[in-house]
Amino acid sequence: MAQPKFLTLLSLRRNWAIPYLLYLFVFVLIPLFLIVMYAFMDTEGTATLANFRKFWMQPEALNTFIYSVGIALITTFLCLILGFPAAYILSKTNTRGARILILLFILPMWINFLIRTLATVALFDFLNLPLGQGALLFGMVYNFLPFMIYPIYNVLQKTDQNLIEAAQDLGANPRQVFLKTIVPLSVPGITSGIMMVFMPVISTFAIAELLTINNIKLFGSTLQENIYNGMWNYGAALSLVMLLLIGVTSLLGSEGGAKSEEGGLL
Amino acid sequence: MMKRIFAGSYLGLLLVMLYAPILIIIIFSFTEAKVLGNWTGFSLKLYRSLLVTGVHHSLASALWNTLIIGLIAAFVSMLLGTMAAIGIFNLRPRARKAVHLVNSIPVLNPDIITAISLFLLFVSLGISQGMTTVILAHISFCTPYVVLSVLPRLIRMNENLYEAALDLGATPFQALRKIMLPELKPGMISGFILAFTLSIDDFVVTLFTIGNQGLETLSTYIYADARKGGLTPELRPLSAIIFISVLLMLLVINRRAAKNKS
Repeated sequence: MAQPKFLTLLSLRRNWAIPYLLYLFVFVLIPLFLIVMYAFMDTEGTATLANFRKFWMQPEALNTFIYSVGIALITTFLCLILGFPAAYILSKTNTRGARILILLFILPMWINFLIRTLATVALFDFLNLPLGQGALLFGMVYNFLPFMIYPIYNVLQKTDQNLIEAAQDLGANPRQVFLKTIVPLSVPGITSGIMMVFMPVISTFAIAELLTINNIKLFGSTLQENIYNGMWNYGAALSLVMLLLIGVTSLLGSEGGAKSEEGGLL
Repeated sequence: MMKRIFAGSYLGLLLVMLYAPILIIIIFSFTEAKVLGNWTGFSLKLYRSLLVTGVHHSLASALWNTLIIGLIAAFVSMLLGTMAAIGIFNLRPRARKAVHLVNSIPVLNPDIITAISLFLLFVSLGISQGMTTVILAHISFCTPYVVLSVLPRLIRMNENLYEAALDLGATPFQALRKIMLPELKPGMISGFILAFTLSIDDFVVTLFTIGNQGLETLSTYIYADARKGGLTPELRPLSAIIFISVLLMLLVINRRAAKNKS
């Protein structure tokens, strides 16, 4: 009989994960495998390394890649410099005030990021500032700063105040307390903040197209153009290059933040 | 004292930077000029044409598609993710670790990689792209977040309660409905909200899975608009309305939370 069998299947609660596991297999693992497969094939379906050779030989794609990594590094650095003090101040504010302030920092994200980016364009026009690399960096920082503030705030807020008092009692001056106690304790938050800014910035393309009037191209645009023009194999190879970079970054990140699973947003 | 003033003004400065573009949208939603940044006198014409006359049929349908896709994707993700969380929680540690790893792939993957990989899946299988493929794609990157918001509730829950219900004669279904679900509900709700937010804000994955049958969501509509060289003026009042309603909603929630505490 079908029904009792179905029920016994359900009564083992670990079987409840099966539908999702199937979903992950079809819509996450197979698609990733397809990227790898297409990357190592030509349009006829024979195995080849030509796609990667093309990436290596073509200065344009390679330069765009290096430039994008550079932009992502600068954006991440700026977010850290601007975000850490903000997170630190927030962690010192009383809880009610901090809650409202945190909400204020997250609220803009509810407006579609493309509309916000276009508004940034309007702001630059309004202030008579030129669009270009500066506008691009502003737009990036503007879009991703909250992702840096929140994880750092989370960690700082949970920091054991006794450790800071202990440092003070043992004669550390405020600067030493900050550099030798507070900053090291917030490393897990900093790590997840860096990951949450660097990873999306490296792949975004619409922001760059809008804020530089198509003058600066990021690697995301190169990917999109190739797929759109039907160059699936080359596009897949470029995706694989980006995937490798992301893989290395997250390995480094998980090493740095290994101690705290609760450091991040999740 | 000096320190506090300095700290306050630093936060204030950052907030001004974050809100300046939004303020510009709101201010210029009250004028009729086609180009954002031109002030041609106060007018409610844009609000009227957005809400009353419905001139922009394509904008209305894009908005509608965005909401439908978001609601369906978030709802399915919530069911799938909650079931998965219960299953994962009962797996042996090693299997649990493996599933966790696969679950984190969609979270860590940049949008564009998710987008291209799903695009390749659909074209390889010869599936024509449209609303269904967008929803399937959104479920794949929303569900991990539901799993991540339900799992902590399970970990915190008292395992014995469920067993006790069974011992006292409840069927597994009753125990699930009366014991487990009430415990998991807050996690499910926040998972749903998170999934809905991610879905309506998504641009890249939608762009790659929506096909070319003329279907638009808000994001792809705005992108196409921007590439043509300008923002449809009615998007200004629309953004202003979305922003103000979210602001009000958060204020109400915050006030209620504060009241509950005291």
